[in-house]
Amino acid sequence: MIRKWLVLTAVLVAAGAATGCRGARSRSELTVAGSTSIQPFADKWAEVFMEKRPGLGVNVQGGGSSAGIQACKSGACQIGMTSRDLKPDEQDLHEIVVAHDGLAVIVHPENPVRAATLPQIKEIFSGDLRNWGPLGGADRAITVVTREEGSGTRGAFQELVMGRTRIFKGAITQDSNGTVREIVAHDPYAVGFISLGLVNEQVVALELDGAAASERNIENGRYKLVRPFMFVSRGEPTGQALEFIEFVLSDEGQALVKVEGLIPIKRGPSK
Amino acid sequence: MKSDMKGRGRNKLERTDRLVRLSLLVVAFSAVSTLAVITIFMFEQGAPIMFKYGLRSFLAGSDWYPTEKIFGLWPMIVGSLYVTLGAMVIGVPFGLACAVVLTEFSSRPVRRVIKPVIELLAGIPSVVYGFIGVVILVPFIRENLGGPGLSVLAASIILGIMILPTIISISVDSIQAIPLSYREGSVALGATKWQTVKMVLLPAARSGIIASVILGMGRAIGETMAVIMIAGNAASVPRSVLDPVRTLTSNIALEMGYASGEHRQALFATGVILFIIIMILNTVANVTSSRMKGSKG
Repeated sequence: MIRKWLVLTAVLVAAGAATGCRGARSRSELTVAGSTSIQPFADKWAEVFMEKRPGLGVNVQGGGSSAGIQACKSGACQIGMTSRDLKPDEQDLHEIVVAHDGLAVIVHPENPVRAATLPQIKEIFSGDLRNWGPLGGADRAITVVTREEGSGTRGAFQELVMGRTRIFKGAITQDSNGTVREIVAHDPYAVGFISLGLVNEQVVALELDGAAASERNIENGRYKLVRPFMFVSRGEPTGQALEFIEFVLSDEGQALVKVEGLIPIKRGPSK
Repeated sequence: MKSDMKGRGRNKLERTDRLVRLSLLVVAFSAVSTLAVITIFMFEQGAPIMFKYGLRSFLAGSDWYPTEKIFGLWPMIVGSLYVTLGAMVIGVPFGLACAVVLTEFSSRPVRRVIKPVIELLAGIPSVVYGFIGVVILVPFIRENLGGPGLSVLAASIILGIMILPTIISISVDSIQAIPLSYREGSVALGATKWQTVKMVLLPAARSGIIASVILGMGRAIGETMAVIMIAGNAASVPRSVLDPVRTLTSNIALEMGYASGEHRQALFATGVILFIIIMILNTVANVTSSRMKGSKG
């Protein structure tokens, strides 16, 4: 009987040791987690950073802004990525803006509508304007595509376009920039909003209030739908986290951002 | 262990027996305790918020704006029921017809090929069903019937196909379990084959068929991935089969990543509601299938 327990204990200890080892190994790795909007860009930064610093692994995970902030608070990751502002109970975290991102309102390439005003966009997403006709398009119902509640992109759109008006509840809801783009790319009567950096040839970004959704218009402040991308950490970042953030903010890191379609931080609009 | 090997072999065998029994007990119990842990955790996370905002506004509220602390699950409850009902309307007639053909109107070689193929349907991952729905079904509905394509109809059709294997295999088993004397007696009385099926076999296999339908229903109501991809997920009560719809499962999966605080708890509450609905379905299925076994004996 005693021997049996001994064996069992030995097995448990071995298992514990194995887990312990894994824990220790991951400590030499930097974990960055959060907003799925920032994730593809963080992947790029991590890739180049790891080439320059072969000894250090950077592990980028998605999960969403809130999950990233939570993980950062709990210590599960050293850097959290958020595309929305911190809530009052999250203010204890240290935040650094790493880039700016434009929000593009996208339509299908076959849709003749190429421009709209912000009030019109607001009417579309509030459900008051249900037809493309008044905007110069076909006499067809508008398929409105939005992001799910809690998404950083939706939060930014809500703040920048909708104000206190709600996005109407009949809108199709998707849980990533990619699926919103996918739906708009295949439905000639759909409209949605995604990160400007993720606009590709499958969709067309609308001109808003007379300004095309371009980097230059964001820099000179004519295109209004811009949001910050932020890294958050518990207290001032140190060690590897600091090293990574310094790389991201360096000229090289910011140049990468520009290639990938974001707006570099130093020339971003001042608010 | 070494001393045992030298010593009495019988004693050793008894010990091994006890050891095996104990370890099996531990393993078996861990499965049950997992269920208990999940249940407790879910209710502990989800129940308080339901009572805080009132059970009625939670169940019957038609607005879902969790970031504004408005939690009405009515559109999702209705959505789950609509989509499941739609899947039944499509899956049950096809499944039953297939089961009847397989058991009564086809030769043994045909049956040998078709039955495994149908069971293979159950092995296709749901994301593949969703993908096919998005690529083929959704554009078809949008171009031919109107609306955004992502709709109650699309989700019902895909779910209807997904539950076919469940309905067919259980129905086939219960029709095959009917004693041959029933068929012989019916034919001896001058009934045609179709009359035999309609008036003798289907009534005799009734409880098995009902159990298969309820299990299929459970599968349809719990399906998440395929539904997220093709249902459109609008949190409003659909007014036609061409409108988008959000189910309870997709509500959780869609918003889990970004939810925090009360929003997160409200998603657990969604899980609690789903849990209760599925418990009811399972209980009904168990009762009917045990009745089926009883009537056979």
